[in-house]
Amino acid sequence: MGKKIQINKEFVDIMPQDYLDLVETGTYESPNRGWKDFGTATELIAEHSLCAGCPESIAFRHIMASIPNPEDTVMVGSTGCTSLVFPMIAVHNIHSLFGNQNAIATGLKRALALRFPDRVKDVIVLAGDGATVDIGLDMTLQSWFRKERFTTICFDNELYANTGGQESGLMQKGFLAKMAPVGKKFEKVRLPEIARESGCDYVAVMTASKPSLVEKVIKQAVLIAREIGPTYIQIYTPCILEIGKQSMEGLQEMRTSEAPGERFKFREFISPEAQSFLDGLAEKKKAEKLAASEATS
Amino acid sequence: MATVTNSKVPQIGQRNKKGQLIVDPNELFFLSPRTSSFLTGSEVIREAIRRSSVDFSVAYPITPQSEASSLVGELYAEGYVGDYMRGESEFAVMGQCAGAAFGGARVFTTTAGPGTLRAFENFPMWAGSRLPIEVVFTVRGVNSPLSIQPDTLEISFMLETGMLLWHAETAQDLFDFMLKGYYVAEQPEVHLPIGVICDGFFVTHTKDTVMMTPEDLALPHYDPYRSPVVCMDMEVPPVRMMRDPFVMKSNYISYMTHASWQLEIRAAIERSRKHTIPLLDGLIEVENPDAEIMFVASGTAVSQSREAIRLFRDKGVKVGLVKIKTLRPFPTEELRKATEHAKHIFVPEFNVAGWLAREVKSTIDRNSRVIAGPHVAGGMTMPPEIIIEEIEKYLAHSRNKELVHG
Repeated sequence: MGKKIQINKEFVDIMPQDYLDLVETGTYESPNRGWKDFGTATELIAEHSLCAGCPESIAFRHIMASIPNPEDTVMVGSTGCTSLVFPMIAVHNIHSLFGNQNAIATGLKRALALRFPDRVKDVIVLAGDGATVDIGLDMTLQSWFRKERFTTICFDNELYANTGGQESGLMQKGFLAKMAPVGKKFEKVRLPEIARESGCDYVAVMTASKPSLVEKVIKQAVLIAREIGPTYIQIYTPCILEIGKQSMEGLQEMRTSEAPGERFKFREFISPEAQSFLDGLAEKKKAEKLAASEATS
Repeated sequence: MATVTNSKVPQIGQRNKKGQLIVDPNELFFLSPRTSSFLTGSEVIREAIRRSSVDFSVAYPITPQSEASSLVGELYAEGYVGDYMRGESEFAVMGQCAGAAFGGARVFTTTAGPGTLRAFENFPMWAGSRLPIEVVFTVRGVNSPLSIQPDTLEISFMLETGMLLWHAETAQDLFDFMLKGYYVAEQPEVHLPIGVICDGFFVTHTKDTVMMTPEDLALPHYDPYRSPVVCMDMEVPPVRMMRDPFVMKSNYISYMTHASWQLEIRAAIERSRKHTIPLLDGLIEVENPDAEIMFVASGTAVSQSREAIRLFRDKGVKVGLVKIKTLRPFPTEELRKATEHAKHIFVPEFNVAGWLAREVKSTIDRNSRVIAGPHVAGGMTMPPEIIIEEIEKYLAHSRNKELVHG
């Protein structure tokens, strides 16, 4: 149990058990927190109300295990399937409207920077592709142009899942969907490339199939956003319902889509400033390891 | 657990980084010496913000408020405002304001007409999220056809957003309402956004004499830990907001949750009365309450009514006036009492819809006494002579009717 996360002694006997578990065996303030805590620690997301086998729930779980500073992280969501999950995660999070998530995060990050000038307060946006690329594109891009210091995560399921599978900008060309009755007529929007050109210092495209990779990317993105500039992660979280898959087929769908030559093959862009920052972090970690091994030998 | 506050925030009796002394709000409003200044409405907005310990302001260019927003930017450059930026559209601006308010900042912005409507989805969200943001609406025409002229139509759209809405008659009202607005909006039992409204151009672009509080005194900073809802800064974690998001349920509990919250917003508006009445000296101001002919008006229509009353007096006709200062909360009981002796109640308005007349009609008894007008719209002025002409025409017509129907 860390110092910051405590329950007022007067209230301990009336707190629900899951709340006590979070405080006692949660991973707030754990410097090495990550997906390997699964099974031994209380997670920041304990349950969800998504469809059985939904890859979005897997991605959500990996992300919540990986954010480096949950005790000082505020998340911003938008309308969609993610908004059904956010009420159940154990960090402060904001839902306000559909598509305005990067505007909210802009004001939030600036307010927290003003109010806590000597402390780290991370802001992470997590929204679907409709919110990020269609209705909210203006605010997504403008926050990058302004170099706002937060991470934007897009759960890309290539359609509007929550409203029943309508066409979205990130849908593949030719896909037959509601509102694309003869197939989508234009290419999947190349937001990762646009993000790079718009000022993001770190961009990653991936699926949620590998927890260790999700952990690495999330940590890099949050730390770079904290110190250097905006970061963007686009994660394939297929809507198994709308692409005609079974509950147990989500993982395979992600694996197939990240094969060489496929649209979600892992790729990342790191700006020179972000790269030298990451190099510095690696050097520091190496030195710490060396010092630790010298101390024990 | 104890919350962590920034010890650098100056408290009452201390000076901020600009050397302003932080004082008790009531001392600032009522006891501090006032000096006369001759300023445009936009400059008045700047001076009110200078004294309001604002953390964050977002600007977007629109006529006529762009001057006020730019002037707030100058305050930021001088160090009076914590952070400042230009947003990309009014919809985004109101989101940026919301984000900062969620994060515990005192926030200011201003917009008008088409900007108000573009931003519209945000306003009920602000109220529902209990964000005490102050926005000055320098109201103007709503397109189309393209108009930048004074018109109060946009206020009718704002009435059911759950915001407090105060309508300034003059630059003096604007100055006082802006300072006092923060105080009322941030009360824990209120904690709602507030729209301080002034009529574009008539108030923003004309110079007027304003009695100002001293430049070196400022309001105490906003304390987000007095909010009735949790400030989104992870200072009181851990929390799971809900175990069962009601948005996905179609059952009585979900409907009830929504309904009760909406009622609570309305109740919070009503609870603002007790803080507002002593600060504004009542929600209405009444002149000649015993007159048979009364005006009920808000904004600059009040000033025009005052002129008309003066001209009527010269003709030997006594006419009364109810100035409505707060549209939300609406001064229902006050208005009923102030108009109980009136035979004819005229509601002059700077818009085509006559929304204030509708409000008045739905509030008082024997509402056939209410005459919606005279109206002007689209930037037209309302000279007192026209008001008199319209009223005399109406009265002559109604007298004729009485004769006919005997």
